Amino acid sequence: MIAISLAPTASWYLVLSAVLFGIGTFGVLVRRNPLVMFMCIELMLNAVNLSFVTLARQLNDINGQTIVFFVMVVAAAEVVVGLGIIVAIMRNRSSMTADDLVELKG
Amino acid sequence: MELFVFGCAALMVLIGAVGVITRKHPVHAALSLVLTLFGVAVLFVIQQAHFLAAVQVIVYAGAIVVLFLFVIMLLGVDRVENLRTEPLTTQRPLAVIVSLGLIGVLVAAFATGSGVLQERGTGILIPDSTTGSDANTIQLAESIFSQYVVAFEVTSVLLVVAVVGTVLLARRTKDTVTENPK
Repeated sequence: MIAISLAPTASWYLVLSAVLFGIGTFGVLVRRNPLVMFMCIELMLNAVNLSFVTLARQLNDINGQTIVFFVMVVAAAEVVVGLGIIVAIMRNRSSMTADDLVELKG
Repeated sequence: MELFVFGCAALMVLIGAVGVITRKHPVHAALSLVLTLFGVAVLFVIQQAHFLAAVQVIVYAGAIVVLFLFVIMLLGVDRVENLRTEPLTTQRPLAVIVSLGLIGVLVAAFATGSGVLQERGTGILIPDSTTGSDANTIQLAESIFSQYVVAFEVTSVLLVVAVVGTVLLARRTKDTVTENPK
């Protein structure tokens, strides 16, 4: 038995997706550029998609892959609307950080 | 073999993710995001989710990142964020604690839940010579267009609403141009 089967189990993928989700959370909390915060939200969505696909394989159920399809559609719509809002707010400003939006305070 | 591919893809994912949160130039962050998205696509392929891997490359790495780059170019590429300044002094240590705690909670949840998870469902077809090379796509299409057809139609409504709303948001009418001449 030379062939040592060291195939990655489902928990490896799940731990990777948890780490990816944590990195995305850190980015959303720390970065101040709204565009980069949006990219970090995309990282978190991808982590969730990865765990969905992993669990679909582990549970042998195609519905896990189906919901990833819908998550992708919603993520695309969310990016379009969010970038539209960012463009509308940031068009006439020189600096671009989330802190500049304090003037929205009543 | 799967271990090797998993290692390379995981390295791509993690390097890209760290790049997104540490590069101060938004263009570099967007390009790091491409690396992460390709890594996730590779992880989809080795888990037999072939259609989703193709969609991941086309929609995420193709459309969404290009949209990000368009907006960066539209707003000016020279707006570099200064990562040294820290407006709230306790923000970064707290963010480290929160994200590490979140990772810990998720890993603990996976560890305790993995014994409970059992195989169910009708099974995922593995594309080979008997099932055909497009078995995954066919199975996914049957799931979407039969069991989840209502959700599919609702997402089409969502996309139309998103497009109309974005056009309304980003449109610059003549009134606002004269009101804000800068």
